[in-house]
Amino acid sequence: MSYANLYETPGPRGIRRNRLLAGGVALVLLALAYVVYVRFDAKDQWTAEKWTPLLRGDVWATFILPGLAGTLGAAVAGVILAGLFGLVFATGRLSEHRWIRVPAAAVVEFFRSVPLLLLIFFAFFGSYVLIGVNISAFAAVVFGLTLYNGSVIAEIIRAGVQSLPRGQAEAAYAIGMRKGQVMRLILLPQAFRAMMPAIVSQFVVLLKDSALGLIVGYDELVDRGLNGIAANFSNVIPAAILIAAIFILINLSLDRLAHRLGAAR
Amino acid sequence: MEALLTERDTILAAFWMTIRLTAVSALGSLVLGTLLAAMRVAPLASLRAAANCYVTVARNTPLTLVLLFTGLGVGANLGVELSDDIATNNYWLAVIGLTAYTSAFVCEALRSGLNTVPVGQAEAARSLGLGFVQTLRLITLPQAFRAVVAPLGSILIALTKNTTIALVVGVSEASVRMREMIETYGDQVIEIFLGFAAGFVLLCLPMGLLFGWLSRRMAVAR
Repeated sequence: MSYANLYETPGPRGIRRNRLLAGGVALVLLALAYVVYVRFDAKDQWTAEKWTPLLRGDVWATFILPGLAGTLGAAVAGVILAGLFGLVFATGRLSEHRWIRVPAAAVVEFFRSVPLLLLIFFAFFGSYVLIGVNISAFAAVVFGLTLYNGSVIAEIIRAGVQSLPRGQAEAAYAIGMRKGQVMRLILLPQAFRAMMPAIVSQFVVLLKDSALGLIVGYDELVDRGLNGIAANFSNVIPAAILIAAIFILINLSLDRLAHRLGAAR
Repeated sequence: MEALLTERDTILAAFWMTIRLTAVSALGSLVLGTLLAAMRVAPLASLRAAANCYVTVARNTPLTLVLLFTGLGVGANLGVELSDDIATNNYWLAVIGLTAYTSAFVCEALRSGLNTVPVGQAEAARSLGLGFVQTLRLITLPQAFRAVVAPLGSILIALTKNTTIALVVGVSEASVRMREMIETYGDQVIEIFLGFAAGFVLLCLPMGLLFGWLSRRMAVAR
């Protein structure tokens, strides 16, 4: 998207002024970078022993890769279950039976408005009282991710179905399909395709939210990376930058995938 | 139920902290987000690139990591002190983290709002002789704000729920209180969870209704 409509193509004076301003901006940014540099330097954040551990194979093998596996494990389990949850409750909310529609709506609205962390705490600390066994941190995290993101995905799918032209369902009924068939064969596949970018963005949210697992002691990337590496080499800031870079890389590739899926239609 | 009743003062205090975190971070994110949106459409490539870079990083990093970075990194490691009182210091560190994260989403919402403003508006403004900043401030941004009231409402609701993560910086808000209470009153887990969940529903529901009403009222008729 270009915003050239907000300003004229600059003439010779404009170009000169823009260059001057660009230089000024660059100076301000450099000054900011310098302040950060000095602050880091004053606390010895640039010393080699804080950064080189991040390049060592054993550090990757003990901290980063297991952490990544934990994050991806929780995220994949969450994506599958949240997808199923979303599918079921979207269909429920679209049902023509009041006794299905209303409870489904209540469940979706409730889990959408409760903070994910409370759901995880509830599952993790409350499981013993509720079902008599202590569930693992992994199960608690996946429980929270599924209910929260599943509810959001249910709303996305429902919006997708509602955005389809009415003729789609009418034509399907006209050739003799039953309600279940219309939903399963005609409406849901089209809704899925139309909403794929939104669904993938929700999966990015899910992946980021899986980092909450560290609060209940689940071994994921932020916990292993930040707390694990920093405890051994006392390099919180370099470790945090590395972990952030890994997350950004994964999320940007997911974003690109979403765009491609959206463009493929 | 008794646990919720006997502890109602501490619960209300915890939710008051949630509200304070939300309100101050929301204000900060609105200001910073608007600034970032203006930078992203600016005629200067360096401003656009800086804002772009910031938004990409902030949007794709988990909030947990952002808050740990402000708490452990900026606070403990770099020794940035915002107050002598530890609780106040942690509070401001949490506000900084939440603002840094949320402003990226505000910026994206505003940018999509700017896209809905017809080209003719900016062209008309320019033909009157307004410069870039004037066009943005007087013509396009006000219309963009009116177009994105509903998304801004969703961002505010998300921020309210996200304040629970401030516990990693050591701010004792609602989620911390809930965990403590589950540990103390282990037999009343369901009531405690439902009570705290109801607290968040009570906070978020009016916000959703208010912003829905506002967005209909403020919508630009075209």
